[in-house]
Amino acid sequence: MTVLAVAEHRRGELRDVSKQLVTAGRELADETEAAFHVAVVGGPDKEYGERMNREGVDVVHTIEGCAEFNHDVYVQSLEQLADVVDPSVILVPHSVNGMDYAPALASRLDRPLVTDAVELAHDGGLTVTRELYGSKVETTINVHADRAVLTVRPGEWPATDESGDATVEAFDATIDESRVRSTVTGFEEAASGDVDITDADVLVSVGRGIEEEENLDLVRDLADALGATLSASRPIVDNGWLPADRQVGQSGKVVTPDVYIAIGISGAVQHVAGMKGADTIVAINKDPNAPIFDIADYGIVDDLFDVVPALTEEFR
Amino acid sequence: MKILVTVKEVTVVDDEFEIGGLSIDDRYVTYDLNEWDEYAVEEAVTIAEDIEDVEVVTATIGPERAEETIRQALAKGADRAVRVWDDRLAEASMLDPATKAHLLAAVAEEEDPDLVLTGVQSGDDSLGATGVSMAERLDMGWAAVVNSLDLERESERSEDSERASGETASSDAGVAHVHRELEGGVDEITDVELPAVLTIQTGINDPRYASLRGIRQAQSKDLAVKSLDDLGLGPDALDSPIEQTALYEPETEGDATLFEGSAGETAGELAGLLRETGVGQ
Repeated sequence: MTVLAVAEHRRGELRDVSKQLVTAGRELADETEAAFHVAVVGGPDKEYGERMNREGVDVVHTIEGCAEFNHDVYVQSLEQLADVVDPSVILVPHSVNGMDYAPALASRLDRPLVTDAVELAHDGGLTVTRELYGSKVETTINVHADRAVLTVRPGEWPATDESGDATVEAFDATIDESRVRSTVTGFEEAASGDVDITDADVLVSVGRGIEEEENLDLVRDLADALGATLSASRPIVDNGWLPADRQVGQSGKVVTPDVYIAIGISGAVQHVAGMKGADTIVAINKDPNAPIFDIADYGIVDDLFDVVPALTEEFR
Repeated sequence: MKILVTVKEVTVVDDEFEIGGLSIDDRYVTYDLNEWDEYAVEEAVTIAEDIEDVEVVTATIGPERAEETIRQALAKGADRAVRVWDDRLAEASMLDPATKAHLLAAVAEEEDPDLVLTGVQSGDDSLGATGVSMAERLDMGWAAVVNSLDLERESERSEDSERASGETASSDAGVAHVHRELEGGVDEITDVELPAVLTIQTGINDPRYASLRGIRQAQSKDLAVKSLDDLGLGPDALDSPIEQTALYEPETEGDATLFEGSAGETAGELAGLLRETGVGQ
């Protein structure tokens, strides 16, 4: 048996999640006494192949492809590799690009797919733990099949940094160009304004709990009183209430301030990915079960409309 | 041109809740149109307003209760709706994305759309797989996590290429110029051949509120209910190798110090702490 993990790279960089996948894949392979392989598709595949030669990896397959990610090339390449390697489990990052090819790969290989795994176990059968309802509850899912495709949440497994003694070998895949139906024509960075939230020592960050645009003044006043910078979670930016350069999270900025004050932010995993590196995290939220309290150092479970003005008053 | 928007009625859980078996106790849940799908509906309706002769059909998998939700899409401007249901679906605590893709692809095959839009993921299960899985089943192109969409229809050019290649192309063929929202504030700019399935990210547009007139009109719009039989699917379409076995509240990993008392008291304690760390000095 073999577990196969697929590395992820973008714009000339092997992404960190690839090293986390090595840890997750090796653990799963150990539980089933399986071999552990890694695939690198495209990019400078030979160079990345060498870099994916990490502790616990038995074989790295490098597949020539396009420099940048293309889901058709990935699906076709991995389908052919799976025919040869016959992996019991294929692990893909639950990233934007992972979401763009894992479901198609599973469908083409006629395998079940479970996405966004936070824990994997194999005890007679494969069990996947994942979260539901915005991380309010966890669920376990049994996969009644001997072949599966799983996507794995970034940041849940530690990275494997030690180099290994894997065999690195090239795999020839034949790409049917007529079935490549999308073309990447470029990349664009989100416009940056005059404020760099990654530079701030203290961030006052506002989320969906603020309810209305007019209420933003409450947190603006607090930020002013504290001499802090205002940032936000995704819904505020989606609504157009604050510009995109204020967004903290997976699709926004990763910040590491001394103090991060989360106001009316539930703490969805995509947000936490952007601020968990803050030295001190303070959360104000009326939902005692909000996942933000799992990573907060200090918290107030109360209505922000009462607490925030009182806090502002303390600094005036 | 025809646009199919597949939407989901999601379960919204109260702040305080109890778990009964493999689901949240009914007393603590409400139902709503999935947030990501609202943006997909808006995108489709906007295209229909910008281009002549566009029909927007919306489809969902759900029990009768879900009609209230799908009527929200009709009230916002979708022309008609299809609801797929089989009572056996009620027995599954969580629907396999492959099953959903199978059923919705069957609707798409009947409707033969030029463009299929759906949300990136649902707010309850967050599997984020139905759209791409459906595209693969339909042998269409796709793009996941789209936060900008510009359609370029090439009816004339496709007729030329049809003659040149001798193949039959859809008369509505064209290209979707999209941005895919990658991590870290970077967009990938991609061209996708139509017909295609695009999964729509929140923030791509500003979803409208349904007008009173829209809500009234929605009541008289066509809402077809389809069984597996109607879609030419056998009962094995519901077979799934994925089984939910437990549902529980995760043990809190946090060790946050919680300030308690009135808002004035907690704010005072927090202010003291912030001053100690040098904030607001």
